[in-house]
Amino acid sequence: MIFLPFFEWCGETAVGIAIRDSLWLFPVIECVHLLALAMLGGAVLVVDMRLLGLGLRRHPLAELAREAQPWLVGSLLVMLVTGVLLFTSETLRAYYSPPFWWKMRLLLLAMLFTFTVRRKVLRSDDASGQPLFGKLVAVVSLSLWFGVGFSGRWIAFY
Amino acid sequence: MSLLEFFEWLGNTAWSVALLESIWVYPLVETTHVLTLCLFLGMIATLDLRLVGLTLRNVPVSEVAGRLLPWAFVGFALMVVSGVLLFYSHPVRAFENVFFRIKMVMLVLAGLNAFIFHTTVYRRVTEWDRSPVTPVKARLAGYFSLMLWTTVVVSGRMQAYNWFN
Repeated sequence: MIFLPFFEWCGETAVGIAIRDSLWLFPVIECVHLLALAMLGGAVLVVDMRLLGLGLRRHPLAELAREAQPWLVGSLLVMLVTGVLLFTSETLRAYYSPPFWWKMRLLLLAMLFTFTVRRKVLRSDDASGQPLFGKLVAVVSLSLWFGVGFSGRWIAFY
Repeated sequence: MSLLEFFEWLGNTAWSVALLESIWVYPLVETTHVLTLCLFLGMIATLDLRLVGLTLRNVPVSEVAGRLLPWAFVGFALMVVSGVLLFYSHPVRAFENVFFRIKMVMLVLAGLNAFIFHTTVYRRVTEWDRSPVTPVKARLAGYFSLMLWTTVVVSGRMQAYNWFN
């Protein structure tokens, strides 16, 4: 309940009103959100698959992770900005949507995990010494991001 | 029977109606279609970005292609199956939507681009496999692929809106 006044305020900002009143702004922002999803998914997958021993498994993990990092961070930033914009145009709908709250929880967890545990494993190349731990990290990472994407899509349904 | 009449018949079949009206299955199919984008386009884009020299410049092109394309194919198969199911649930609405038609044209062009790449410049990949800067034709194929798949995604998303019907 404490969030409701904040959500209402967000919905009354100039940005929220502009997107709501425009025929094409919402779809265009949606498209960018979706394209960034493919990019983010790719950047996460290439590295997590490597941790699982799939895909580019001949390439050193730390180097692969370093290559993927700017794409991961860049696409995540695009997703966050476009996501906030989409949110401001339908704050009350989001407020009463259970998938929206699931998405926010999972997003918080996914980002925390990605920039702490996962980052540490990728940097130190720990996974080469402890392949099982690396696999666990990949499974957790993929599960969390899958949860974010899944619940995100379901905001439209519930 | 015209194509439209066929789609009208298709959309009235029991399974099509059941799919469109289902509470769980339709959203699940749509979610599959959207999320598989990460697997399909994520892998394709990684190869394209390698071709244009924006990532993995130290990894041989044949290795990026050989290790990632099988996963892209898995993603593509899932996208086609879920996409066909979505079309089957509302064939007339899709058929009459201008964005759907654009998407189909772009799909064909993206496939053509991939075909040309694999049958021409990629045939001689051993000559440029390890070079960070790939031949012009390979770079062009990468840029075309990124552009065409972007328009496929955009027109696919815009299909939810029927402004021009």
